[in-house]
Amino acid sequence: MSEIVVKAEKLVRRLGGEVPVTLVDEVSLDIAMGEFVAITGPSGSGKSSVLYLLGLLDSPTSGRLFLNGVETSRLDDDQLADLRLAEIGFVFQSFFLLPEFSALENVMLPMQRLGRLSGGAMRERAADLLAAFDLGEQLHKLPRQLSGGQSQRVAIARALANDPPLILADEPTGNLDVHASQNVMRIVRDLAHGGNRAVVVVTHEPFFAESADRMITIIDGKIWTPVPDRKEAIVVPR
Amino acid sequence: MNRVLFLIATKHVLARQRQSIVSTLGIVLGVAFFLAVAGLMQGSQSDFIRRLIDTSPHITISDEFRLPRAQPVETVYASGAVDLRSAKPANEPRGIRGYERILETLRAIPGTRASPVLNGQGLVRIAGTDVAVSLSGMIPSQMRDITVVADDMVAGSIDALAADANGIIIGDALAKRLAIGVGGMLPLAIGDGQTHFLQVVGLFHTGRMNYDESQAFLNLKRVQSLLGRPARVNSIIVKLADPYQARVVASRVEKSGGYKSVSWQEATEDLMASLAIRNVIVYAVVGAVLVVAALGIYNVISTTVMEKRRDIAILKSIGFHARDIQLIFLFEGLLLGIAGSVLGLMLGAALMWSLGKVTMKYPGTSEDYPLPVDWSIFVFLIGLAFAMGASLSAAFLPARKGARVNPAEILRGS
Ligand SMILES: Nc1ncnc2c1ncn2[C@@H]1O[C@H](COP(=O)(O)OP(=O)(O)O)[C@@H](O)[C@H]1O
Ligand SMILES: [Mg+2]
Repeated sequence: MSEIVVKAEKLVRRLGGEVPVTLVDEVSLDIAMGEFVAITGPSGSGKSSVLYLLGLLDSPTSGRLFLNGVETSRLDDDQLADLRLAEIGFVFQSFFLLPEFSALENVMLPMQRLGRLSGGAMRERAADLLAAFDLGEQLHKLPRQLSGGQSQRVAIARALANDPPLILADEPTGNLDVHASQNVMRIVRDLAHGGNRAVVVVTHEPFFAESADRMITIIDGKIWTPVPDRKEAIVVPR
Repeated sequence: MNRVLFLIATKHVLARQRQSIVSTLGIVLGVAFFLAVAGLMQGSQSDFIRRLIDTSPHITISDEFRLPRAQPVETVYASGAVDLRSAKPANEPRGIRGYERILETLRAIPGTRASPVLNGQGLVRIAGTDVAVSLSGMIPSQMRDITVVADDMVAGSIDALAADANGIIIGDALAKRLAIGVGGMLPLAIGDGQTHFLQVVGLFHTGRMNYDESQAFLNLKRVQSLLGRPARVNSIIVKLADPYQARVVASRVEKSGGYKSVSWQEATEDLMASLAIRNVIVYAVVGAVLVVAALGIYNVISTTVMEKRRDIAILKSIGFHARDIQLIFLFEGLLLGIAGSVLGLMLGAALMWSLGKVTMKYPGTSEDYPLPVDWSIFVFLIGLAFAMGASLSAAFLPARKGARVNPAEILRGS
């Protein structure tokens, strides 16, 4: 029996406007502690949109989302931000480090906002995280002085800063060369191994996706389930 | 926690040095301009008022009435439909009656000096033209306390006036026109057509041309005899320990004796009103300058907000609140405002210092005076408050816009 970190019930995200667009269509899923889940699907199918909903960056048009058993629809913006700070770590395709801050300072940001550690302890933890990702020499470099692979590892260290139970990564290897990709994939895969964290990764890399405990395919905003008794190929509507 | 927000703000400001400096420059110039103008204005105003208080009586009581005497018909039918026309204020050919009693009451107020005066006119013939001279008959021992003439004596003395019953003190400008000096005899024509010869015992120089050319001081008794009004006075001049009590004391005197008592504030009401208008105009101009300066700050902060939308989205995705984001940009306004104010106060102080070195001739005076500059902390505080207020309100709108950035929208776009 495993503890459920994320429970989504029929999440729908629709954009209004002249032509309403349904980004996410009745997505339901449970993600357990220690699980490593990959989300794949054609581009534009709504993978990022699902991830933003799970990460409380966006609110569903309908449906319910539980994070560690807490129903999130009635929370206000500040409460959602507090949950993101303590419970969720994000990793994005284009790193998204603050350009004026060094690697160390970028990793310290979430800890400083949370304010649970002393200044010295924050610094020490940030340096440890970076050193664990082979960035011990890069602590005081600015993002523009780092390679893509180094930047993404700083971003992962930042996502781990407050030791959140949920890590969400949106195509974390999308901007990296083969070597750096493999490095980052290994790190992300290992994040879930400790058993006290769940990791959800959106990826186009087949090997990466297949190495996950579970693979979810999103097509047209819906979770696609293979139908075993049908032989013909699925025609992806685009 | 606010420390990290302040750090982010500092980095934003430092990352765009050129724009930050340019926008700060507006505030610097605005504050400096304000200080120079307000310091000079405040300075000239208090200098003006100080001169006024020093050189003129705080209260002048004259032998006139402001209102006609209450007529019997009005007192009897106080609430009736009675309309009495053409009642005029009485005039008092006998001067101020019972002036000794008024002097006594006034002198009972601690620190108050009051002196009886008989004012009149005389004529002096200069090169074929008659020039009017204002004669003030006073008790010489009291002149020292109540007028500033004692300070302005350039030849002779007030004591000499006390010693010589036929003496006269005139301005140096008049003496020059008459080619007369101390010890000379001044021929003075009075209304009766007779010419009296008075001995010049002193000369004063106030720097006010008109005064120096037309004012003369004599013994009270001498003027009373010259004008044929023995034992009469037509004016009482008063100096108070606290000049700002003048209104109150004047109205009390007027209520009890009925004689018109004019405080220096009342006498200069028009001037004071124009000073107030001048203040309003200058503060409005300076306010406009600072509004323009604030636009510079608004511009740089809203540009920063626009360019930092991605960073804002990142901070929000990490878990920063909307309020945190707003604070970051308010801090930026604060930083620019503080930098601008500090530099502006320094530049302004330098400007004030150099203005204080400038000397010029005021209209109606014959000497150069340094420009009066007011160095009161008040001017500096107002400048600071103006600048900080302008910077913070300039930051407010962009800060709120930044706080409203929707992270999902931005991240989806990139
Ligand atoms: N603001 C928007 N307005 C209209 N369409 C949008 C907007 N944002 C995203 N979309 C569309 O929604 C779909 C899902 O987007 P996304 O979740 O980013 O897909 P994925 O991450 O799978 O590539 C795409 O077709 C995208 O073009
Ligand atoms: Mg995507």
